[in-house]
Formats: sequence, C-alpha cells, structure tokens
Amino acid sequence: MSFRVGLVQMRPVLGDVAENARRHVMWVEKAKGAGCDLVVFPELSLTGYLLKDLAVDCARMVEDREVRQVIQASRHADIVFGMVEMTKRYTLYNTALYVSGGEVVYRHHKVYPPTYGMFEESRYFGRGKRVRAFDAPGGRFGLMICEDAWHPSVPYILNEDGAMVLIIPSASPARPAVGERVGSQETWYRTLRTYAQLFGVYVLFANRVGVEDGVAFYGGSAVVDPFGEIIAAAPEFEETLLVADVHEEVLQRSRLTTPLGRDEQLDVTVRELGRIYEGCYGGGRSSESF
Amino acid sequence: MNRFERSTEELLAISAPLAVEMMTRFLQDEVTKAGFSKVVFGLSGGIDSAVVAYLAARAFDRGQILAVLMPYKTSSPASLDDARRVVEQLDLPSEIVDITPMVDAFFAGDPEASALRRGNRMARERMCVLYDRSARDGALVIGTSNKTELLLGYGTQFGDLASAINPIGDLYKTQIRQVARYLGVPKEIQEKPPSADLWADQTDEQELGFTYEEVDRLLYCMVDLQYSRRDLVSLGFAPRFIDAVAKRVRINQFKRRSPVIAKLSRRTIGVDFRYPRDWGL
Repeated sequence: MSFRVGLVQMRPVLGDVAENARRHVMWVEKAKGAGCDLVVFPELSLTGYLLKDLAVDCARMVEDREVRQVIQASRHADIVFGMVEMTKRYTLYNTALYVSGGEVVYRHHKVYPPTYGMFEESRYFGRGKRVRAFDAPGGRFGLMICEDAWHPSVPYILNEDGAMVLIIPSASPARPAVGERVGSQETWYRTLRTYAQLFGVYVLFANRVGVEDGVAFYGGSAVVDPFGEIIAAAPEFEETLLVADVHEEVLQRSRLTTPLGRDEQLDVTVRELGRIYEGCYGGGRSSESF
Repeated sequence: MNRFERSTEELLAISAPLAVEMMTRFLQDEVTKAGFSKVVFGLSGGIDSAVVAYLAARAFDRGQILAVLMPYKTSSPASLDDARRVVEQLDLPSEIVDITPMVDAFFAGDPEASALRRGNRMARERMCVLYDRSARDGALVIGTSNKTELLLGYGTQFGDLASAINPIGDLYKTQIRQVARYLGVPKEIQEKPPSADLWADQTDEQELGFTYEEVDRLLYCMVDLQYSRRDLVSLGFAPRFIDAVAKRVRINQFKRRSPVIAKLSRRTIGVDFRYPRDWGL
C-alpha cells in the first residue's frame, strides 16, 4: 500500500458550504498536480468548526449538491473530507467521508463529540456508534475525527480491525501560548507518535488553520511513520498542502522488527473488558463506584 | 521547586513570540473577514494600548492604522509624550483629540459631579470619538482591555470596555509586560505604574488596593487553574483577599456580557438563538 498523500491545511469559510465545496475541488486539483493519490481535509472542512446554530443551516445529506460536487472530484484522487451530515431520520452528525472514484467508500460519525470547556458539539451532533477499518484502493484504513483520537480505544479497535493507516481530520484550537509550540500541538504530536509506534501504522493528521470567534486553529498537519517519526509537518497557522509518501516497506519493516500486533492478545482484552462491562452494567458495581 | 513558589511572572510565563503570532493572525483574520481594511484604537501612553499599537503595526500596513490620542486637561502630560513616542517609533498615522471641551460642557451645570462620574464620562467620550472615526474611515475599533481589568471589572461599560475585537483580552497585566518586552515597547512605558490617568497621580494599584503581581497570581489560580477556595488558602492567599477579588469578579460579570433580555418567544437572542460572532463573515 504505497501511495502519496496530500494533507490540505485549509481555512474553511464559516458556514459557507458552497464556497467551501468549490475550494475543496480546487485543492484536490492542486494535490493531484503534486501527484497525490489521497487528499485529506480537516474536520468539518465543508462548514467550518464553531458553528453553533449554523450547524443546522449547514447540514447536508450526502446526496446534496455541494457534497456530490466533492465526491465527484474523487474521480481524480481519493478524498477524505468533513461535513455536518443530516441523515434520513434528520439526525445531525459530525461526519468524515472517504470517497473514491466518485463513490462513498466509508462514512464515519464522530464517536466522541466533545462537550466541555470550549466545546459544545453534543448540543448539536449525535454520537457515532461504529468504529471500523475499511478497504479502499490504497489499502486498509482507519478513520477517526479529532477528539476520537483522545480515546485510545478508538485507534486500538481500528488497529485490531486491520488498519495500516490512521487518518485523523481535526479542528484543534491553539492554546495555551506557553511553550515554544502551542500546548495542544505538543499534546497531539506526542499522541500521534505514540499511536504510530505502538500500533505500527502510519498516522495522517490533517488540522485546519484560520480564526473563528477569536479561536485560532494552529495547523501543524503531520504524517507520522510506523516508527513514530514525524516524516512531514506543515507550518503553523498557514494555509498549505502537505505532501508525503506512505511506503509499504516501512510498514513491513516496523512490524517485522517490533511485532507488537502479532503478540496482541485480543481474547484477553475482550474477556477482561467483558468482565468490566458486566460489572458496570450487568447489575454489579456501577462505574461510579470505582 | 513547587511551581507556586515561583514569582508571578514565572508562574504566568507565556511564550511571547507565539502569543504575538496568534494575536497578529487574530487581528488580520477578524478584521479582513469582517470586510474592513482599517483599524482604529485609542493610544493612552500606557502599556496596554502600546502593545495593541505594536501588534497592529505587525498585522497591517501603516495606511490601515489610525491611533487616536485623547487627553483630558487633567491627564498627565507625560502620558501624551509616551503615546507620541509610540507613534514616532512605529511611524503610525495618528490624531490628537482633546476631550476636555466635550467633558467639561457635559458637567458645566453639575460642578459637584464625582470623580467616578467624570472618569466614566471621559471613557465614554473616548469611545464616541473612536466609533466616530470608525464610521468616518470604515475602520474597526480595536479593544485595549486586558484580562485582569476585564475580570475585575476595572473599566467603564460602553466606555473603554467597548470595542469590536480585542487581541489582548486573554492576557493578564503581568503577561502584557512580557509581551511588551518582546515587542520592544519603550522602556518608559513598560516601567511606569499603570494608571487610568483620570486625575493627577492616580495609579491603578493604589485605587484597587493590591498590586497586579498579587492579583494576577490569584486570578490565574482561581480562573485559569480553577482552584477551589480551600486550595487557594493552602497556597497561601489570604482568605480576605480571595473573597474580595472573587466578589469583584462576580459583581462585574454584567460588564462582560450583553444586556439580559426578557425571554418571551420560542427563540431568544443569546439564549436559544445562538450563532457564532463570525456568522456570515
């Protein structure tokens, strides 16, 4: 599964789906020109992030015109992008789509929409219920959106489901301005590198830039190889296209030299989690009593 | 060493280069997407507005900036000199508007008016001048209130607290000093005691009854770190000081919010009609 990826570190226009769709097509053209087989956009790239009630105005069904426009562009290269999805039952989700050859290959609903501190996603979005790896022309992928990656169970499941590349579209706000780099960026890089190394996977982190209601998104999109090394990183705060190559041989070498995946005892995990789950919800102890 | 044994400046240390980059990006992004190409702000000669001037100079071309110097007859002449120093050093387009005639006319029939009322009137006169220039030049008004003032409510509502966007409202006074040093704000401005400059020899710290060092340390632990009263006492803050500051923060909440609206409809502005400030920009 060797391919070239382009991470689009863009600045969406808040609430303007048509304009953002146009820009998606433009960025895909550009990435295609740079030889990219896969183009990854940040979280909610079709709408912007701090939407509040705009979430309803910006919600689209996958069949809607602007969304189809982006899906159509995947005839040239595979695309991962983000949107506020409205389902047939009129539930809104913070969704990321993997599209290829003009078709939807996989649809991920954010499983952990954060609702604390500066975040209020659960006021608007339902919570996704599926964590699954999927096959695409480039190989087997795992897709999670921003906060999903702050719950290690998500990459763990995706890894056990066979993902060789983890894709993380994000809208991570910059704060605090204390160290050499933004604090949230330091935390993210530490996390990305840890996952890449422990799971023996490539990690693609596409983070947005721009300012919404005073909140700056820092960018710093990055590609981490299965040894945990950051092989490409975008500058902070600048719109840019970050291009990097994913090599099958590197995946192979990392897994042969450190066969952590081979030694993973899924049966132990499932049994112990089952015991804990039963204890919590099966009439025994509640999780509160821990 | 326990981090709370450090000086206030160390405890509240920020990365000035990073903070400056973020504030500069903030100014560029919020101003241009609002459809404005110019900014206007009051320049008092104090450290806060000086920092804003230096940030504006990084974010915009000179032709996009207007600094307005608005002395009153009792303002210290040194303040005007300091403001001029900033204008000269940055080569900023500027204007001097003496607000004495407007303020004095207002109180002509009321010579007994208190210092508080006069101070508020001056702050609001300056706001009027800035918003007039905003309409005249199509310039966005940039705020110059810092986090310490905003939390303590040490400002005039619809006066110096009024602005369209504020780059420095999340920085405590001691952090403003760190940024000022990095930006090269003139030493005289960095070192003089902070003052609202409403009458001769007024200083903030004298009026507030504590130093910025002390109160920033407390506010940082209380607001940023969310320490409980018990934790704050165990860190060595005097209970009376904690309670007095907590009360100030509480009773001045109204100054930090839009007016309360009586809810009558299904969807009320600010309650369940919730759009981002940058809606449609």
